[in-house]
Amino acid sequence: MTDAISASGLVKTFGPTRALDGLDLTVRTGEVHGFLGPNGAGKSTTIRVLLGLLRADGGETRLLGGDPWRDAAALHRRLAHVPGDVSLWPTLTGGEVIDLLGRLRGGLDTTRRDELLERFELDPRKKSRTYSKGNRQKVALVAALSSDVELLLLDEPTSGLDPLMEAVFQDCVNEERARGRTVLLSSHVLAEVEALCDRVSIIRAGRTVETGTLAELRHLTRTSISADLAAPPRGLAGLPGVHDLHVDGGRVRLEVDTDHLDAVLRRLVDSGVRSLTSRPPTLEELFLRHYEHERVGAR
Amino acid sequence: MRGGTLGTAALLRLALRLDRVRLAVWVLAIAGITVGGASSVAELYGTPESRAQLAAGVGGNPAYRAMVGPPFGLGEIGGVVAWRVGFFAALLVAVMSVLLVVRHTRAEEQAGRVELVCAGVVGRRAPLAAGLLLLLGANAVIGLLCALGLLGLGLGAAGASALGLAVAGTGCVFGAVAGLTAQLTENARTASGAASCVLAAAYLLRAVGDSSEATWLSWLSPLGWAQQVRSFADERWEVLALPLVATLVVSAAAFALAARRDVGAGLLPTRPGRASAGGSLRGPLGLAWRLQRGSLVGWTAGAALGGAAVGSVAGGIGDLVADSPQTVRLLEQLGGVGGLVDSYLALATGVLGIVASAYAVQAALRLRVEETDLRAEPVLATGVTRTSWITSHLLPAFGGSALLLTAAGLCAGLVHGIAGGDVAGQLPRVLAGALVQVPGAWFVGGLAVLLFGAVPRLTALAWAALTAFLVIGQLGALLQLPEWLVELSPFTHLPRVPGNEVTAAPLLWVTGIAAVLVVAGVWTFRRRDVG
Ligand SMILES: Nc1ncnc2c1ncn2[C@@H]1O[C@H](COP(=O)(O)OP(=O)(O)O)[C@@H](O)[C@H]1O
Ligand SMILES: [Mg+2]
Repeated sequence: MTDAISASGLVKTFGPTRALDGLDLTVRTGEVHGFLGPNGAGKSTTIRVLLGLLRADGGETRLLGGDPWRDAAALHRRLAHVPGDVSLWPTLTGGEVIDLLGRLRGGLDTTRRDELLERFELDPRKKSRTYSKGNRQKVALVAALSSDVELLLLDEPTSGLDPLMEAVFQDCVNEERARGRTVLLSSHVLAEVEALCDRVSIIRAGRTVETGTLAELRHLTRTSISADLAAPPRGLAGLPGVHDLHVDGGRVRLEVDTDHLDAVLRRLVDSGVRSLTSRPPTLEELFLRHYEHERVGAR
Repeated sequence: MRGGTLGTAALLRLALRLDRVRLAVWVLAIAGITVGGASSVAELYGTPESRAQLAAGVGGNPAYRAMVGPPFGLGEIGGVVAWRVGFFAALLVAVMSVLLVVRHTRAEEQAGRVELVCAGVVGRRAPLAAGLLLLLGANAVIGLLCALGLLGLGLGAAGASALGLAVAGTGCVFGAVAGLTAQLTENARTASGAASCVLAAAYLLRAVGDSSEATWLSWLSPLGWAQQVRSFADERWEVLALPLVATLVVSAAAFALAARRDVGAGLLPTRPGRASAGGSLRGPLGLAWRLQRGSLVGWTAGAALGGAAVGSVAGGIGDLVADSPQTVRLLEQLGGVGGLVDSYLALATGVLGIVASAYAVQAALRLRVEETDLRAEPVLATGVTRTSWITSHLLPAFGGSALLLTAAGLCAGLVHGIAGGDVAGQLPRVLAGALVQVPGAWFVGGLAVLLFGAVPRLTALAWAALTAFLVIGQLGALLQLPEWLVELSPFTHLPRVPGNEVTAAPLLWVTGIAAVLVVAGVWTFRRRDVG
């Protein structure tokens, strides 16, 4: 078996809205795959199609070697899903929900469950209605991570977690990778995907715009730098990969293609760096860059 | 600002916008049924002779007193209208008011929308204030439309105003009760359930009070007040003070509670529960049972109580009739006291059938609640197939409605049998009367399942259908509805038991159609998008 998920040309419309518009996605078995896109790009819709909850209007989908619509229940025993909007039964406790979901999937590892409860600092005795969004997400995460499955479909699982819990989550995903499980992790935060994923698919408006390893996508990324220098810099403007350069005495602001970061930093150091801040590109900047890239390429 | 009512106007405008179609339908339907019913009454009982006949016949029938209340002033058309139509309008307006207030207070809060609004410049009591103002407005419009309609039919101004006020007042009382239960509980369904229990209790108190010597019981019931106003029969205006005071007192209590609790929380505290799931919470049926059992127990207890009340009233009918020699003579011609009691029991078990149908619809539509609250998705993303998920909720819905009617029939039969000293004879007859209603409840439940599968956005039509069946059954003859329309209701076809033979054919037919509806619902659900 090669790919855990392969989808090509997926189309899904909701009335006048074209939520998916020819989306392609390939997730190899055993990898952690980032599924990156701004809000409304179609991430959740794609995952719902993969789960057989929505029926695609067009395109081909294979999931764990089966058809997600026809073989839904059989395939679901081999995967675990954390929805983007976790809604729980208000009168059940968190612990009951975790056990129930595990049993519905065909069993869960109680030792792992207890360990995860501790690491996520979740009280399983509380009624679900008293949980915050973050705690509801933890319930779904513990249920998914303690199930014995091949594939994890995680839809923006960290959107309600605080930074400490996000670190716990990242550790957990790395453990899953080490166990050989496949993970599809949707997110609209580039940094999270960069920290965890082997490969990334970037989607926008229901279409895949880029797929590859982060190194392969590096050409798309630019770093913003602002620095306070001892002396005005020399020769920056002539360097390849430098954009939007502003020099005001010793103050410098610029953007640089990540491939050429090294040379630029060397020049800055030559002029004596007093302070320096650098910022990775946001997803939106990445998209701007992507389209600029396409325009340039088309000429 | 805390605890204030700032922003009430904005919330009220929002509520009116969100609810404009639904509210307009309710208001126009209730006013239409009332005025339409009155117009039929005017036609049917236009002559003094026909009214005298009515007063001598059904007017003296304690079964009718139990079902719809005591008649006053049947000598006038208005008196017949108030008796036959007014009570029904009061009942409908009470149901509307409960749903209306819960929808705009507790349901909104549960959905988290109040939090959104409250974080703006909205006082803590504003949602309740907006809900109650809407209640007042809706009832005022219904009362006015009814009164104007009756005036238009040429009935007296005093009686028309009294009837309009009595109907509107009943709505206000039960709406205020719903406002109170919405403050006590965290869940919209529990809130409307608790308010409905108060409504059911009011109906039972009145039924027992009106058909027995203990007439004071009727004065404990807001539904009784509406009748004691005696519209068109030398109106007793002072009785209208009762709903007014009750509405004010209950609303004040709701406001006091609203200021004291956190948004989203009820006043009744919640305890910590189990850290891990017990053995019964396994598989979709275990989950559905867990979600539905509380409501089933509540409905069954209510139905059993209702059945007991039906049985106890039945015993009293014979005694009351025996007091008046003329009625006895008239009744001998109609088949004797036994026939009268039987016809009452058949009528009452028909009402129990409607109650069981309401439960079936509510329990089946739990599917839709689970779907829209995004709790179907996590279950259907596991090894549970769509068919087994839907089935898991249909078992409590369909089994539960049968259980409900069995409990009600047993209680009615036992109480009636014990009172008459003939348990062995009466119990099977009364129980059969309740059980023949089961296919009817299944039919309505099946309709809900089909709507859920085929047009999930329109599941509320199941309630509309149930209301229509209720109107057809109670007022069909009076409204002179066309034959085909009356035949659309499954309850039209069920045998009237006791008093008639139980025939299998209609029961099998209605059950068969219910099964087809369910299968079609499951079939369409398996083919559609979830969420
Ligand atoms: N059930 C639905 N009905 C109508 N439109 C929908 C529905 N689900 C999603 N959409 C629309 O499809 C688009 C993609 O949504 P979604 O997949 O939720 O995006 P993401 O998860 O990437 O934020 C959005 O424009 C959204 O409004
Ligand atoms: Mg999403």
